[in-house]
Parts: sequence; C-alpha cells; structure tokens
Amino acid sequence: MKHDNDHLDALENQSIFIFREAYHYFKKVCMPWSMGKDSNVLIWLANKAFHGHVPFPVLHIDTTYEFPEMLEFREWAKKKYGLDLIVKINEEARGRGVGYETHDPVTVTHELKSVALQQVLREYKFDALITGIRRDEDSTRAKERYFSPRNAEFEWDYKDQPPEFWNQFTTSCEPGEHVRVQPLLDWTETDIWRYIQRENIPIPTMYFARKNEKDGKHYRYRSLGCWPITNPIQSTASNIDEIIAELAITKTSERAGRAQDHYERNAMQKLRAKGFM
Amino acid sequence: MTTLAPSIQKPPAGTASATTTEAQRLKIVFVGHVDHGKSTLIGRIFYDTNSFPDGKVEQIKKACDAEGMEFEYSFLLDALLEEQEQNITIDTTQIQFRTEARNYVIIDAPGHKEFLKNMITGAASADAAVLLIAANEGVREQSRRHGYLLSLLGIKQVVVAVNKMDLVGWSQEKFEALKKEYIEFLKQVGLEAKLFVPVSARNGDNVKNRSENTPWYTGPTILNALDHFQPPASSSELPLRFPVQDVYRFDDRRIIAGRVESGTIRVGDKLVFSPNNKAAVVKTIENWGGISPDHAVAGQSIGITLTEQIFVERGHVASHETHAPIEANRFKANLFWMGKNNLQVGPRYKLKLATQEIDCEIVSVDRVIDASTLETVAENEQRKHVARNDVAEITLQTRGPLVFDNHETLPIMGRFVIVDDRNVAGGGIIYGGVYADRKSIASSNIYWSEGDITSRQRSLRNGHKGAVVWFTGLSGSGKSTIARALEREIFKHNMHVYVLDGDNVRHGLNSNLGFSPQDREENIRRVAEVAKLMADSGTIVITAFISPYRGDRLQAREIVRNGGLDFFEVFIDTPLEVCEERDPKNLYKKARAGEISQFTGIDAPYESPENPELVVHADKLKVTESVTVIMDKLLPLLHPGDAAFEI
Repeated sequence: MKHDNDHLDALENQSIFIFREAYHYFKKVCMPWSMGKDSNVLIWLANKAFHGHVPFPVLHIDTTYEFPEMLEFREWAKKKYGLDLIVKINEEARGRGVGYETHDPVTVTHELKSVALQQVLREYKFDALITGIRRDEDSTRAKERYFSPRNAEFEWDYKDQPPEFWNQFTTSCEPGEHVRVQPLLDWTETDIWRYIQRENIPIPTMYFARKNEKDGKHYRYRSLGCWPITNPIQSTASNIDEIIAELAITKTSERAGRAQDHYERNAMQKLRAKGFM
Repeated sequence: MTTLAPSIQKPPAGTASATTTEAQRLKIVFVGHVDHGKSTLIGRIFYDTNSFPDGKVEQIKKACDAEGMEFEYSFLLDALLEEQEQNITIDTTQIQFRTEARNYVIIDAPGHKEFLKNMITGAASADAAVLLIAANEGVREQSRRHGYLLSLLGIKQVVVAVNKMDLVGWSQEKFEALKKEYIEFLKQVGLEAKLFVPVSARNGDNVKNRSENTPWYTGPTILNALDHFQPPASSSELPLRFPVQDVYRFDDRRIIAGRVESGTIRVGDKLVFSPNNKAAVVKTIENWGGISPDHAVAGQSIGITLTEQIFVERGHVASHETHAPIEANRFKANLFWMGKNNLQVGPRYKLKLATQEIDCEIVSVDRVIDASTLETVAENEQRKHVARNDVAEITLQTRGPLVFDNHETLPIMGRFVIVDDRNVAGGGIIYGGVYADRKSIASSNIYWSEGDITSRQRSLRNGHKGAVVWFTGLSGSGKSTIARALEREIFKHNMHVYVLDGDNVRHGLNSNLGFSPQDREENIRRVAEVAKLMADSGTIVITAFISPYRGDRLQAREIVRNGGLDFFEVFIDTPLEVCEERDPKNLYKKARAGEISQFTGIDAPYESPENPELVVHADKLKVTESVTVIMDKLLPLLHPGDAAFEI
C-alpha cells in the first residue's frame, strides 16, 4: 500500500502545482464542475492547493436534463465548500426547442454544453478553464498538455502543440482565447477512485450499485451526464473497493455508457477524413 | 459500438496482486534513428510481456496471412495505436506494460513527425531511455542527436539496443565496433551507456529471452536491463530549494506556497530567501483538513507560514543559510532551440527558471554545435542566432539577478526555458556558475546590477567588447614588455585598452598585501575584480602578473566569467634559465643571494597553466611577433556583434 500512497502523493503534488501555476498566471480562472467524481476530486485538490479555499468561480453548465440527485448534491457541496457557483443554461437554444426529445445527442450536447460554455466565456471573459480530463479517457485526450491553448473559436491545434517540459507551461493567451488547464491529465480512473477512497471525498451516490426493482438486477453509473443519454452498467459494486476490483477486470471503456460519444466517433471519422490523425 | 476492445492499461491477469499495480512506474523513452526498429522493439516487448489484449496477436497474424504479408511486431503496435484513434482506453503518448519487477510507461510512442518538440516533451519526463541503433546501418545522425539531447535533458540511464543483429550475421566484431564508436561519442556529450545489448527485435533475440545466436554475449537481455534501471532517486538529501510559487492571504494566514524541489524543510528552520537575502524562521507547514506536519521533503507541494513578516514574492527561492544557490545576471548555458523564429542576439526574451520569470537577452552565441557530429557549426564571430533544432553554447544576461544552481549540481534549479511568442521555444542548462559565500555579501541587497546601459550597447558604441587578457609567467619572462606592446597595438585599432600592471596595483590598491600565499591570493582576487569592472565598462584589460598559482588564476577566470566576460589567458612560456639570465630587475640575483624570499621559480613554485587560451614562447619570438600571435586569436573575440537587432 505504501507504493500506492506514494503514487497518489506524486499525482496530488503535481496537480496542486498546476492549480497554483494557473491561478498565478491567469486573471480570470473558472473551473467547470459537473458534480461527477473527477470534478469533485478537482474541488478537493483546489482546497489543498489554496488551503481551504476555492479562489475562483466554479461553473455548472445546466443542460436542464440533470439527474435530480446531482442537483441536490450541487446545492449541498456548494454550501460545504463555500463555492462561488455560476449556473449556466443556454436559454436561447432551449427557447428554440433544442432538446433530446427532438434532436440527436450530438446536436444537443453541442448546443447545451459547448455553446453554453462559449456564452459563459464571452460573458465573463475567462482566460483559463480548469478541466478534469484525463489521458486514459480517450485517444484525443491522451495527446493533451497540462496547459493547452484554445483559439477564439475554441479550436485546439493538436497537430502543432507547444512543447511542455520541466514544468514550464503555456501561461498566456491573446484576448478572446483561453487556455485549458488540466491537473488530472496523468491520473487514471483507478487513481481517481483510490484517491476518493483515501481522502474520503464526497461524491454522488449514483456511482454505487443499486437494485433495479423492475428487473431485480443491480446497476451503477460509471460516468455521469444528461439523464436521457446516460446509461448505467450492470454491477454489484456498492463501495469503492468493489469498484476498483471491478475496474481491474473490466473490458469496456469508462465512457461506454455515454451515448454522445458514439456519435462523436462518427464526427471523429469525418475529422479524420479532413486530415485528422 | 457499445462493446469495446479490452484495455491494455491493465496488467495481464495473475502476474501481480492488485495492490502493487501502481507501484514503481518507471518512465522510459524509446529513441533512435528512423527505421532502426523502435516500433518493432516496443511491439515485441508488448508481445513478450503478454501486454496485448486477448486475441490481438492472432487477429493481426490472420490479417497478414489474408493479405499475403509477412507478420511484423510493429503491426501490433500500429494496431494498438489505430485502436486508440477509435476511442479505446489507451494512452497514445504513454502506453504501459509490466514485467515481473514493475510497471513501465513508454513515453511518446513512435510515429510522431514533429521530432524535436515532441521528443523533448516526452523525453524530459523520462527516468531512462532505450536508444536503438540498427547493426546493419550503424551509428547514424539521429542516433547521435538523440544521445546528445538525452544528455542535455539530464537522462543518465541509457541502454543501447543494437538491433537487427540478424542482418549482420550476429557478428560480434560488428557489435563491438559499433559499441566502441558509440561509447566514444557518448563520452563526448557526458553520457555513459552502461549496457549495449545485441538484439533482433523482430525475432525476439535478447529482448525477453536470451538468444542462442549470441553465445559470445553474457550481459542482460533488454527486459533484464530495464529491470536494472533505478527509479528516480529522492532528492530529499540535497540542499534545500523551495521556490516560492505564490503568497496567499485568503484568510488571516499569510501562506508562502510552493513545491520543495530538493532537500527537506522543517518547522523551526531558518530560511534565506534569494535574491533579496531576507531571512525568517518556518512557523508552520499548513495542511488543509489534516494535521500540520513538522517537515516536508522534495516533491511536495506545500504552504508554510513564517515567524516574521518579511517581503517574499513569487520567484524567490528559499534555502538554508549554508548551501545557498547562485545569484548572477550573466551566465553560460547549453541550449536547444525549437522555436519557429531564430533565437537572436539582442532582443529581449522571457526566461523561466523554476518559478522565476525574468527578461533576458542573448549576449553572444559562443558556439553552435551540430548535435550529430559535435562539430562546431559556427564560432561566435560568424553566427548571431540559434536556428530551429540547433544546439548551442550561449551567454545570457538577465535584467535582474537570477537565482540558480549549476545543472550538474542541482538539475531542477539549473535548467530554464526561453519563451518566444507566448510559447516555450527553447531549453537550456547552466554551467560554470560560481557559488559565493552568502555571508560575505549578506549585509544588504548586493547583486550585480546592470544599469540602464547594457554591456551590449556599450560594445556596439565602442565597436568592440570588453574582455580580460590575463598574462601569466615567470618574472622576467617578458609579460610586461609584451603587454605594453599589445596595448599599443590594440590602441592603434581604436579600441579602449588598459594594462593593469602588477607593480602599479601593489603601490595603491594592494599596498597592504605581502607575498605570502594568502596575500598573493587576495592580490589576484582584487585584480580580477577590478579587471572585471573595467572590462564590463567596455575596456580590454590586460593584466601582467606572475600569478603563479593555478587555483588563483582559476578563481580570476571564474570572477571574470561570472560577469559574463571573456577571459583570455596567455602563458608567456619563457624558460627559467632565460628569465634568470635576463633578470631585468636583478631580482633573481637577490633571491639566489637570499636577500628576498618566496621568489617564484627559486623558492616559491610556479604552476604552469594546463589549458591557457594561448601559449607564447617569448624566448623564441620577437616582441612584435608575440603581439601578432596574440592579436590573431584575440581580435575575433572582441567583435561587438550585429547591431541590426539593437533598438
């Protein structure tokens, strides 16, 4: 167990270092917060980095398709940590009737999440976003840097990324652009769970298996998003030890239950046709 | 696509218990010339360690059969990377495998075209490297370039895989010849490769399993060699360096935040913050939601409070009073450049070292090196820039004092990056900095201060750089005579020049000093300091002192170089018999008669220079000839540089 602890300590220390670099260099920092497990690890690490404070606003992009339990958790955690919370809904798109009832998941995700984020960035002029993405989540994220610039159109020039070494990062951008700061890049799904366990970090209980009264089987959510497009996995893992044991033998990916990723893959292939690696 | 292929992040079942899966990850970078077999070796290692998903190998073999292609292990890796594009839980730039000993992370899997930027980004975080050389092609350009870059990045653990041994008939002779050639190269860049392994990655010889084709080879296989690498050593035992990242006042505490880069920090320790030299005692080490620890070690991101409210800000570096870092604003460095634009002498750049960020300019490009041949591409009189993918020796000047260590002493504090156009565009390692006794300058904020006029502006105005020409040699060797003649010659070139004469200095500045070794040392130290100041003001200073001790001259050299100035040592090598015969001041006679003691060459030693810039055999040359010899080598050094970039 000592090695595990050393490993988690190393990850934690590097993440804290990154948090502090971001806070020092950028004037308007914002941390998107989905209330999911990685998001809550970020809140935890921010408290460690800034000694009991989260000195920038956290942002919840509310798609209006949130699980009620997640919203409950949001309000509870906001009070517990004393968060400066921004809740953003793309009212304009909802007004046009964009929703899962009538539109495909990629369109809805784009409108209610990506466009909503763009609106917030413009409104508040944020120049840095602290994200919870990890290299092991998917192939495009594997190519990321700790500090990853985005242009005014939110585009990521993944083919010509600035070098990043010796803990010196890209720490400025032009007005209108922003930098994604990604303190969890080196963490794996298992690391996240071990850390939540070690630190006893509060997370929504939807990650743990519950019995479905209809079919009598047990299910849990491995990854959480909008309720119409997020599917639970069959699992009896009702505590973190059991989740970690389950991860050690699983043959599916973490985000397999997220429907928009399926569409995104088509989108990815289109991108590849245009020269995407 | 709801069911996805299995992940290779997980170790193969049954090889270790779950609790050790995260233990001891060693990060390895694979480098080498293109087509020397990186993909094949990685593929073979994955195969041999059973790290591919179930059924993958059979699937690829079948696909090869169907297309009538010969199966290659590199296909396995390609297939893996291909799958990553299709969104499976694998990391492109960092893929993992494990041996019985531990987990490995392979950094920067092959296939990247943007060689240098990505290689540096990946390799800089590696603990060790596998360098591939194909036996049939031998040491090639990238073999050497990569070796050099590994050395610049401070990666010391290297195993060389001599691949494709099957193509040279498993010839021990070829293997040994290649080994000899490459060791010779690595030695020049300060890298020691302990292990050379003859392999055929394609056939798996000496990868995991010992090969029957190499009965003459008794060393480890590639996997054995990897298992022998050491995990990164803890730097907790080194001198303390705690670069301040920020100062927080979110509540009634004033917390100094940062990461301990080396050493150990304890509650109650007296810390000195460089460069402003303010001291205070550690009151607490803060810990959110837990018990405050009494100490913290290298690698930990911490926050501390101090007993005294001294002025501290980001960039300051805390150390203990003994073993403080170097403070200087001119220094020499080895640099690699990746920027889109050339690095130019003259313009201002941003330099970042640990948490310091400071404006700097390149004073001179002293040498541009071809990283693959180690040959000098251009001496400083020819090149005023460092181009993309170049490696160079440069002299830098920062706007204010920079706190650092020599790279060989403390790597984390001896390396910096240069930012151009918002992005990190180059990296450098510092050498030759001089550690000063902090107590002797601890009185106040004393540091080398540039003023508004830079030495570069001065040299452009003057048409030449300042420098110190240091003559050494026996009494009567001709130092003073040649120095005077040289001064006249330089003067004729419309340059500012001045001879610091030994006797003149002893009349005034050093009148309180005698000829004991201690006094001689102090004499030389003062002369060196004065010479440095004069040279910094733009003058070419010629000193003519016996300066018999090697150590003293070395100190003089360091003092002058620390000011970012050239030190040109000229050994006037006239034999003792000739000097004694000349005896212009009758000093040898007096010494022989015992009228004066501690006379150099008679009853006090003269230590000849080992590596002077120039040796002048003054007994065989006329004075004018000696001057010509010196001028030929000296003049190119004094060139002021290109004015085009001066604002």
